[in-house]
Amino acid sequence: MNGTTGSGASRTPLEHLEGIITPSALHFERHHSGVPDIPPDQHRLLIHGLVDRPLTFDLAALSRYPLVSRVHFVECSGNSAGLNAAQPAQLSAGGLHGLVSCSEWSGVPLATLLAEAGAQPGGRWLLAEGGDAAAMSRSVPIEKALDDAMVAIYQNGERLRPENGYPMRLLLPGWEGNTNVKWLRRIKLTSGPVMTKDETSKYTDLLPSGRALQFTFPMGVKSVITSPSGGLHMEGPGLYQISGIAWSGVGRVGRVEISADGGRSWGEAALSTPVLPKALTRFRMAWRWDGGPAVLQSRATDETGAVQPTRTALLADRGTQFRYHYHAIQSWAVAASGEVGNVYA
Amino acid sequence: MFMRETLCRTAVLLIVLTGFGAVSAQQIQTVPRGPTLGVLATPAQAAEWDASIPPDGTGLPAGSGTPAQGAEIYTAQCAACHGPAGTGTLNDRLAGGQGTLTNGAPLRTVGSYWPYATTLFDYVRRAMPYPAPHSLADSDVYALTAYLLNLNGIVGPEAVIDAKTLPRIHMPNRDGFDSAYPDWRH
Repeated sequence: MNGTTGSGASRTPLEHLEGIITPSALHFERHHSGVPDIPPDQHRLLIHGLVDRPLTFDLAALSRYPLVSRVHFVECSGNSAGLNAAQPAQLSAGGLHGLVSCSEWSGVPLATLLAEAGAQPGGRWLLAEGGDAAAMSRSVPIEKALDDAMVAIYQNGERLRPENGYPMRLLLPGWEGNTNVKWLRRIKLTSGPVMTKDETSKYTDLLPSGRALQFTFPMGVKSVITSPSGGLHMEGPGLYQISGIAWSGVGRVGRVEISADGGRSWGEAALSTPVLPKALTRFRMAWRWDGGPAVLQSRATDETGAVQPTRTALLADRGTQFRYHYHAIQSWAVAASGEVGNVYA
Repeated sequence: MFMRETLCRTAVLLIVLTGFGAVSAQQIQTVPRGPTLGVLATPAQAAEWDASIPPDGTGLPAGSGTPAQGAEIYTAQCAACHGPAGTGTLNDRLAGGQGTLTNGAPLRTVGSYWPYATTLFDYVRRAMPYPAPHSLADSDVYALTAYLLNLNGIVGPEAVIDAKTLPRIHMPNRDGFDSAYPDWRH
């Protein structure tokens, strides 16, 4: 077994960043049993199960394949989960929502490798397994594998960081972070889901009825204003730029609206190009602060028409005991003193 | 030459996918073909790497264990993080909680929440104990599985858990899940 280092999680400091690309060193981390130290020349990806030819690939081989490069966010499905607490935690944008990052990923389309292995018709799902100490594993429907999944080997132009799966990771654009299995070492085509720990005991959403939703793959349409945001300070009345990020796990962001009065009135923000599917989109709007109390909100709508819900609506739908897929509107209160804090509004 | 090869359509996949309504013809046609550098793995190699256990128990190894055997291993290997008798400390509570899923303060344990007993064997064998995964023999993993199932009242104290008995266990929350794929949207 590979040695492990590192703690369980770190967050992207969203309030200090601009644009849509997260510097690789600031990509969030969430691990299930630490970060393995993998010698790249010894690592293999095995594709087996319901295939005609079980195959192994190493990094040198994958590097010779026709690569694709795409910009996509990765978001932990537990991102923002603290916001279903009864009292609003006084944290920064990154502290509350920093388990999302966005990179340009380059890799081999998974469909290419499945074709080479001879995927059989009975292989309706695949099991993806990592080379970490937990051998973290998730079951993924074959439709996603053949749609836009890739085995990523570069991040923002450089090889993957160890914390992001070096030497290779699965990338399932728009789907909850843990399905993007890092340190990918095995893909097994199966007739159905394996029902691993991380798709039964964890990453399932318990509803007030006592029933739980399983395989909640795509991340919901979401946005957050990063400036001004929690913990930042306004230097007196005047002209400011409101800036933030929006994203959707099923496609492009269609529009982002901004309110400075807690959701009573809305104005449309400018979306900064490029606006890419399943990627962070930067939005901005000029705002003249009059120096009085204000509550800033952003509300994203994606290209399918899905609208980011209010916190009240989300909790009415799911209760307060769900742990994943929190994507409600964030409210930042600006006090006359210029202090900015997290509020429920 | 290389460009021609990458653009060529992948007939193999097209045949394989007949009947997959969710995948459009356009998607299939745009699959680029690679330089076919995959190295054939023998069935023995693949089997050696394959430790995942689905609900039907396929792949469960030889060996067996009882709750009494598991109790000793649990105390030595597991209690530091999961508390005495699965009550939880640093990490997850593993026992109790049945009947709490609707009460506003749910306890999600092996007994109250996990839908499949095979998952318990799979996860303990692949990932536990946290400081030294793969340090337990298969019979030790069966014994820990037996112990945790007994703590939750799912099997009796004399139960023998092995490749035949484990997949037959019906977990209390077996039918408590609804698949959100493919129809669920936020």
